[in-house]
Amino acid sequence: MAINMHEYLLDVQDLHTSFFTDSGEVQAVNGVSFHLDPGEILGIVGESGSGKSVTAYSIMRILADTGRIVGGKILYKGDDLASYSEKQMQRFRGKCCSIIFQDPMTSLNPVFTIGSQMREAVVLHTEKRGEEATARVIELLELVGINEPKKRIKQYPFELSGGMRQRVMIAMALACEPDILIADEPTTALDVTIQAQILELIQELQKKLGMAVILVTHDLGVIANMCDNVVVMYGGRICERGTAREIFYHPRHEYTKGLLRSIPNVNNMKTKLVPISGTPINMLCMPKGCAFCTRCDAAMKICLTEVPEELEINEEHRAACWMNVKEAFEEGGDSE
Amino acid sequence: MSDVLVDVKNLKQYFPVKTGFFKTLPLKAVDDVSFSIAPGETLGLVGESGCGKTTVGRSILHLYKPTGGEVFFEGEKVTADNIQMMRRKMQMVFQDPYSSLDPRMTVEDIIGEPLDVHKLCSSRSERRERILYLMETVGLNAEHARRYAHEFSGGQRQRIGIARALAAEPKFIVCDEPVSALDVSIQAQVINMFEDLQEKLGIAYLFIAHDLLVVHHISRRIAVMYLGKIVEMAEADEINAHPQHPYTVSLLSAVPIPDPDIARSRKRILLEGDVPSPLKMPSGCAFRTRCRYATEKCAESCPSLTDRGNGHFVACFNQ
Repeated sequence: MAINMHEYLLDVQDLHTSFFTDSGEVQAVNGVSFHLDPGEILGIVGESGSGKSVTAYSIMRILADTGRIVGGKILYKGDDLASYSEKQMQRFRGKCCSIIFQDPMTSLNPVFTIGSQMREAVVLHTEKRGEEATARVIELLELVGINEPKKRIKQYPFELSGGMRQRVMIAMALACEPDILIADEPTTALDVTIQAQILELIQELQKKLGMAVILVTHDLGVIANMCDNVVVMYGGRICERGTAREIFYHPRHEYTKGLLRSIPNVNNMKTKLVPISGTPINMLCMPKGCAFCTRCDAAMKICLTEVPEELEINEEHRAACWMNVKEAFEEGGDSE
Repeated sequence: MSDVLVDVKNLKQYFPVKTGFFKTLPLKAVDDVSFSIAPGETLGLVGESGCGKTTVGRSILHLYKPTGGEVFFEGEKVTADNIQMMRRKMQMVFQDPYSSLDPRMTVEDIIGEPLDVHKLCSSRSERRERILYLMETVGLNAEHARRYAHEFSGGQRQRIGIARALAAEPKFIVCDEPVSALDVSIQAQVINMFEDLQEKLGIAYLFIAHDLLVVHHISRRIAVMYLGKIVEMAEADEINAHPQHPYTVSLLSAVPIPDPDIARSRKRILLEGDVPSPLKMPSGCAFRTRCRYATEKCAESCPSLTDRGNGHFVACFNQ
């Protein structure tokens, strides 16, 4: 890990994003910090409403009208994105950082051909025009493994299958070779075998182009397959982060532990699942302390009133759970 | 045979699809599917979207009138005439807990509807008692009986759907993707409930899902479908350890395993291309267009599902 702050490709510091709705302020992202190195694949995992997508949208500054970044900093190669004008942001999107969305059916415009939509991205962000732009579009489609690209550019999105559409989305996102690709649930709408194709493609392109990838998903399987580092989110906060192996084999937050217990165990399918009790969090009335305290079996008094600080477990692993503080305290007490 | 509860024989379900101004083609959603389910057993049905797995479930319950084939329940043939009666014993839980509950009905009425239809309660107080008992069984707060479906979360709604299916005390429930719309932490709650109910009440399930890990966990046997046909069927552990059909092999290898070490050491066998349109089915074996082992024989005729020992059925010419 880099020691110098400026070496991070992307550095998110204490990000707060809120939505101002009729029923009050919803703090969708509540103090999220992480950083991304060049060429890294970072996974953000959490259930619906955990703030994982909003974090991604905040980086790209593509929040819905009611949403606003209310605190924190997002640094790209040391530059504060908050100081960027909308025009600068437009150049940032695409050239520095691109995003692909969950649903390839709705993120493509149904009334334009694949070719014209992709040309738009190429023309907007590069110097290429006319024939040259078309050639670039064909090259990009070839890159993402679409056969007969010359025929495809004349087709409309509805003529392509879900997997193909997601490939087109990826090709478009790569139009100007961004440093960062944000993939927001890129395979959730796809079938398993198509999902495997798309994940393989993202991995391949990541290696070939050396870009960093932020993979936002709820699927722990996808995370285990793809990511170097993992951030686990719940209720707008980061519970735990670390290398994939640390998170999967030595989870130190009660939520992560619960999540791993509630999916079928690959090594022993017949072991009974241990669900997390309760229902997903209501963002309008968050608990005062740890967001997970209402569903946590190990919750203590302090969990209800105080938000846990992030504690370093080891160099590759940090977790925000009072249990770790308690354990550290007890260990310290023993040695004295 | 006494150890067969549901027996599906050569079930066919074709839908007419307009492909031109005057032209109509049959879409073979389910084509010659046969299987049986024992009392208290769970048969998992997996496959990709469009393979016909949901249609199988619906055709068994005559939610669509089957084009061909027969379904026997406890030895009795299910027909359009007796299906009303049969549905007391055969119920269904749907995928989407948001659209499968009437927004204008209270939970009490939703769960009570099967009781009313089959006239299972003689008095209002008995009806109410039964509803409260059912709500408790599925882990809902009985005080919420007068609420409407929109006041509940996704997981709770799915519980309402399950309580409704249980109301008539069925012996068999078709579970059509019952957990895929739920968050991971809630999925486990619902899966456990299905397992507990089976243990307690001896209900048999046809568990339709696309999440192979979940299906493997809950099922005793698994059937894999591809384009309207079952291509492989065996015990859950057997099919996972020794898949024989090339489609099953690649399907299983594509499942993202939530374990970094296993995930990275394993080789994915990627399938080329997409599923062909069910309107333009390839000749012979439907899978041959994406199969690495396809030969001329595969294009000429369609392999039938044959037993390769130990109840492991495979529909493939290659050994």
